[in-house]
Amino acid sequence: MITDIAAWLLDPSNWTGDEGVLRQAWLHLLYCLFAVCAAALFAVPLGLYIGHTGRGSVFVVGFSNAMRALPTLGLVTGLAVLFRGSVALAALVVLAFPAVLSGTYAGVRAVPSQAVDAAKGMGMTSKQRLWQVELPNALTLLMGGVRNAMLQVMATTAVAAYVGLGGLGQLLIEGQTIGRYDQMASAAILIALLAVLVDLALAGLTWLLVPRGVTLTAANTGARPRGRRKQR
Amino acid sequence: MIEFRSVRKQYDDGTVAVQELSLTVPVGTITVLVGPSGCGKTTLLRMVNRMIEPSSGTVLVDGDDVRDSDPAGLRRGIGYVIQQAGLFPHRTVRDNVATVPRLFGHSRRDARRRAEGLLERVGLPAELRKRYPVQLSGGQQQRVGVARALAADPPVLLMDEPFSAVDPVVREGLQDELLRLQGELGKTVLFVTHDIDEAVKLGENVAVLRQGGYLAQYAPPEQLLAEPADDFVTSFVGRDRGYRRLSFVDSDGLVPGPVDTVRIGDTSADVPSQAEWVLVLDPHDRPRGWLPPGAPIHGQLTEDQLIAGGSLHTSGAPLRGALDAALSAPSGLGVVVDEDGVHLGVVTARQVLDILESRRHPAVTEGAVQ
Repeated sequence: MITDIAAWLLDPSNWTGDEGVLRQAWLHLLYCLFAVCAAALFAVPLGLYIGHTGRGSVFVVGFSNAMRALPTLGLVTGLAVLFRGSVALAALVVLAFPAVLSGTYAGVRAVPSQAVDAAKGMGMTSKQRLWQVELPNALTLLMGGVRNAMLQVMATTAVAAYVGLGGLGQLLIEGQTIGRYDQMASAAILIALLAVLVDLALAGLTWLLVPRGVTLTAANTGARPRGRRKQR
Repeated sequence: MIEFRSVRKQYDDGTVAVQELSLTVPVGTITVLVGPSGCGKTTLLRMVNRMIEPSSGTVLVDGDDVRDSDPAGLRRGIGYVIQQAGLFPHRTVRDNVATVPRLFGHSRRDARRRAEGLLERVGLPAELRKRYPVQLSGGQQQRVGVARALAADPPVLLMDEPFSAVDPVVREGLQDELLRLQGELGKTVLFVTHDIDEAVKLGENVAVLRQGGYLAQYAPPEQLLAEPADDFVTSFVGRDRGYRRLSFVDSDGLVPGPVDTVRIGDTSADVPSQAEWVLVLDPHDRPRGWLPPGAPIHGQLTEDQLIAGGSLHTSGAPLRGALDAALSAPSGLGVVVDEDGVHLGVVTARQVLDILESRRHPAVTEGAVQ
C-alpha cells in the first residue's frame, strides 16, 4: 500500500495538468485564503467592537455555538444547488467567521484590565485605546482564531470539492469513483500536508505580528492566554 | 487645588458609594484618603479625572468644574497611577512613559528623551529602559508607573493604592522615593490607601473614610493620632497610635550621653574596664554592634564576637527613632548617629520619656531633662 502511494506521489504526470496536484493544491489554498480573509474582514472589526465596548458579548458566545452546530456540508451543497458552484465558497466564509470572531473578542477581553484603565486614565480616547492598547495585546488570541478558522476551512474545502469546485478534495473523490485507493490516500496525505504548511506559515505570521513584550508576558505568566491575568 | 463639593455617588442598584461629602485638597501637598474597603475612597479619587461621574455635587480642579472639560483632555492634564502600575505589556519601559507626550503630539524623539529624563528622576537604572514591563520587578514597574504619570508634568497627581501590591521593604523604598520627588516637584497629590501607616507617613492631611462613604475625620496625621474624632477612627488608627505619634514629635533637647567604645581589630588591652556594655565601631566610627559586660576577647576583636546592635537614631530625627533605638538595643542604650552614620553618643528610653513628660509639664520637671 505504502509503495502504491509513493508510486502515485512520485509519478510526475499526477502533478501537472488541469487536474494535477499542483493546480488542485493551488485552488485549495486559494479558496481557503479567500474564505478566511473574507471572514476576517467582517469578524475582526465586529470582535474588536464587541470586545472594546462590551456590548453584545452574549451574542458572540451564542452565535459561535449556533454556528458550530450548523451542518457546513449541507450549507455548501445547498448554496451550490441553489446558485452556482462558486457561491458555495460563501459557506466556507460562514464557517471561518465564528472562530475569528471569538478569537478577536477573547483577545480584547484578555487585555490586562489595569492597562486599559491606565490608558483611559492618562487621557486616551476610545479609539486610541483600541488601536494603541487593546489591538496589539489582543493579537495572540486573534491570530489563534485565524489559525483555527484556517484548519476548519482546509478540512471542509476537501469535502466541499464534490460540488465541483476543485481543490485537493477533487482527487480524493475522483479516486473513490474510479476505485484508485492509492490516489485517495495520496490526496488525503497532501491535504494534511497543506494544512500543516499553512498553519506553520500562520504561526510565523503570528510571531511577526505579536509585539515582543506581549510574547514575553505570555511566556512569563505560564502562557495562559484565556481569561484575564490573575490579580495578586 | 482639588475641591469636592457635596459629592454623592449612588449606583443604579441603589448602593451608595459616597455620601454628601465635601473636602478640599490644598495645592502642593499630599492628601491621603484612607479607609477600609467599601468606604468609597477610590470612587472619590476617580471622580477627579471623571473615570466616575458623581450622582450629585461638584468636583473642582483649580477652580474649574471637571464637567466643563472633555474627559480625555482633562485626564491628559492629570497624572494617574494605579495598583500594579498598569503598564502596557507591548511597549518598552521607555515607550510606556513616552505614551503621554505622544498623546500631546510630541515627536517620538522628543517623547523618548522626556521619558528617559523621567525614568532617571524616579531612579530606574538606565539599562532597564528598553526592557518590557514583564521583565521588571513589581517595585520597578511602579517606578515606571510614577514616571509615566509625571510625563506631562501635570500639577495634579492621582494615586490609587499604587504601592499595595509590592512587598513591605520595596514599599517603604517607594514611599521614601515619593516623598523625595514631592519635595522636588510640589505636586498636588491625592493618594488612596487602606494602610494607615502609609497614610500617616505620606499625608500632610489624611481623610479617614468609613464604610458607606462617610468622612470620619480630616486632619493632619499627628492630630489624627493624638485626637481621633470617634471610636471608628480610634480603632482604625490602631492600638499603638501613641507610639506612632512620636513620628511627629521632634527630638529637641535630647542630648546623647557618652559610652565606652572600641574598634574592630582592637585587642583586649585596648578595651576599657568592661564593667558596662561597650559599643563597637568600625574604622569610620560607624556602630557595628555591642560587647556585653565582662565578655572575654581573644586576640583581635572581630565582627563575630559582637552582639548585633539595635536600630539607629539619626540626630535631629523625630523621637520615635530615638525610643526605638533604645528599646531595640541589647544594652538598652539607643545609638545616636549623624547623617553619615557616625556615632555621636547614646540615649536611654528614660531620657525620651523625660522629654515627653517635660513638654507636658514644662515647669515641674525642667531639671530632669538635663
